[in-house]
Amino acid sequence: MNSAQIEIQLIASLVAIACAIPGTFLVLRKMAMISDAISHSILPGIVIGFFITQDLNSPLLIILAALTGVITVVLVEYIQKTGLVKEDTAIGLVFPALFSIGVILIAKNANDIHLDVDAVLVGELALAPFDRLIVNGVDIGPKSLWIIGTILLITITLLIAFFKELKVSTFDKGLAASLGFSPVIIHYGLMTVSSVTTVGAFDAVGAILVVALMIAPAATAYLLTTNLKKMLALAVIFGVVSAISGYWLAHYLDASIAGSITTMLGLLFLIVYLFAPSKGVIAVMYREKQQRTEVSLLTFLLHLKNHNEIEERHVNHLQEHINWQRVRAKTVLELALKNNMIIVDNNIVSLTEKGDAFTSKAIDYIITNEDAQIEDMKDDFFLFRG
Amino acid sequence: MDLQDYFSLVFSDYTLRTITLGTAVLGAVTGMLGSFAVLRKQSLLGDAISHAALPGIAIAFLITGAKDSNILLLGALVSGLIGTFWIRGIVRKTHLKSDTALGLILSLFFGFGMLLLTFIQKQPNANQAGLDKYLFGQAATLVESDVWLMVIVTGLCLFVLLLFWKEFKILLFDADYTKTLGFNTKFIDVLITSFIVLAIVLGLQTVGVVLMSAMLLAPAAAARQWTNSLSKMVFLAAIFGAFSGVFGTAISASQTNLSTGPVIVLVAAVFVVFSFVFSPSRGLLFKKIRFRKNRRDLKLHKTLAFMHHIAATHDNISHPHAIKLLNNFQGFTRKTLQKLVEKNYVTLNGNMWSLTEKGFETAANLYTKQTTKDE
Repeated sequence: MNSAQIEIQLIASLVAIACAIPGTFLVLRKMAMISDAISHSILPGIVIGFFITQDLNSPLLIILAALTGVITVVLVEYIQKTGLVKEDTAIGLVFPALFSIGVILIAKNANDIHLDVDAVLVGELALAPFDRLIVNGVDIGPKSLWIIGTILLITITLLIAFFKELKVSTFDKGLAASLGFSPVIIHYGLMTVSSVTTVGAFDAVGAILVVALMIAPAATAYLLTTNLKKMLALAVIFGVVSAISGYWLAHYLDASIAGSITTMLGLLFLIVYLFAPSKGVIAVMYREKQQRTEVSLLTFLLHLKNHNEIEERHVNHLQEHINWQRVRAKTVLELALKNNMIIVDNNIVSLTEKGDAFTSKAIDYIITNEDAQIEDMKDDFFLFRG
Repeated sequence: MDLQDYFSLVFSDYTLRTITLGTAVLGAVTGMLGSFAVLRKQSLLGDAISHAALPGIAIAFLITGAKDSNILLLGALVSGLIGTFWIRGIVRKTHLKSDTALGLILSLFFGFGMLLLTFIQKQPNANQAGLDKYLFGQAATLVESDVWLMVIVTGLCLFVLLLFWKEFKILLFDADYTKTLGFNTKFIDVLITSFIVLAIVLGLQTVGVVLMSAMLLAPAAAARQWTNSLSKMVFLAAIFGAFSGVFGTAISASQTNLSTGPVIVLVAAVFVVFSFVFSPSRGLLFKKIRFRKNRRDLKLHKTLAFMHHIAATHDNISHPHAIKLLNNFQGFTRKTLQKLVEKNYVTLNGNMWSLTEKGFETAANLYTKQTTKDE
């Protein structure tokens, strides 16, 4: 590894951390698409800032672009408030319009502006180490490293200072308001941080990767934990891991670094989406299958309780009567046997005492409509767990 | 070239005619299907799908090595559909919300697409140039066969829409009821979603990945303001879409250095803003006017009630009183007084007013009877 490679990985990791923190809150507040809107609509801000300063890394440009981001949020909320269209439509209307203005501004001034829409959307991390910050003739590292480092520092400071406020207002807006934290200020604070992060990161990694780095690590972490602190930590770890592994994938394929970081994020999400212990697709499907069997067992026991006649309780008869497949009937029968709910005597099934009590309780459960009473009964029916 | 030249050229110039027709047809079909997307609260689906189509284009190119736009669009369609169904899977199977799912699929697919595109660019295949036109769209690259494809898809879409109109409509407004009626809701749902994906993919070449969502949303959002009937909304959205296409093309052709996609989107945005402000029943302007009118009526009632209080203390209800009496009362203005005179509730005589028989009657029944039809 040469120093440029280390610097690229360092920048990518810092961007990943800086994005993961606001991203976690955006995902929890169901505002993930706002980050997409901001990342597109900062374009006119960047272009106008560039006209004024002629420098892509100037602080004024970041401020202007962040301002455009906040304007986007304000516009979206204004349209939502009029009630003329649904909320998501408002987002979908605002950012393409602002983005179009940006594209047209670039196109009209193509001759005296060295700004490419592709570069804004996709970014080129590989070039980041060549734009160096020189103070008093001493080279102190790439400019983007300093920019994103500063943003990250501010973000972390704000996170630590306002963690409690953020937490409360994210999960219970009403409580936050009644405790005296203004949800509006926190909301716009978060939006400003998101905008600034997007702007600071875009010229290194591009607008789309910013969105990916905000949403994907947070969403992946959300599948694994429901604890805010753990979620933040996991999101940061996922972000950094994909940033570094993505860099090496790009190195190997000789392709865009931003693209391969996103691809790694995607792979990571796919793995967690499938295999997460309790919320992954496989776990959910397995649980649904178990629940189906549990319901079948209940049906079966109720049937037994309803019939005392021997011919109704014959093993073969049950199969045709409840209209179950052979395998399913066998599973249910075995489950009931294992739990000592029934005894099979000479192919005639009958309820044991435990089974009888269980079934009576089940009838209670079914006819009770009050949630509070059901709550402690529920556990009795989860035969597979506990 | 100015606008006048443009309109004379539309009929003679092949390229211009093709582009104008293409954008018009595209606007119409996206407007139509966009109405459903907007009403189904799937507005941002368009944004997600158009981004998710990118890897499909790249993979189709990697497999065939040719730049046949039909095959590339097929790839885009497949990857758009995969994206859509993954979004549904995420929302249904996990506790992640739909906005997170949309943002995830959008950025992850797009990033993967960019990886493939940059990978393709490094390949020793001279054919690859121009794939990135799908990013921002280039209406100028439209040829007649593309327009024909659009027309065919639009026709197909219209046919399916008419055939399943009742099903689409009922699913849109009451999904549970549809299920109880025995319709296969899953099939209808997949059908309409697939057509939305198809329309989005079709527009990629013209307006590009980023702006496609606006093509889908803007005409429908504008049309929604003018009507409460689905058929009228779909029709209006198609018209708005087509006009945005034509005007956008005209404006961008009449200026140098203006790409068509963004101009079309801005024209559509103008339609939206206009509808938001000037729509008679929902528009902001008329809402404001109605609001003020109601407030004025309320003030009029207040004044009348106040007069009634004074007049009721006298035997003769038409006993004249000084206008000054009304001065310390907020509801009173010259205009309301004039209005009361017009309605024959009050007669004015110099500085004095007096209640008429009719005015007294109305004022007495102001809060007991619903006699507000003329206020």
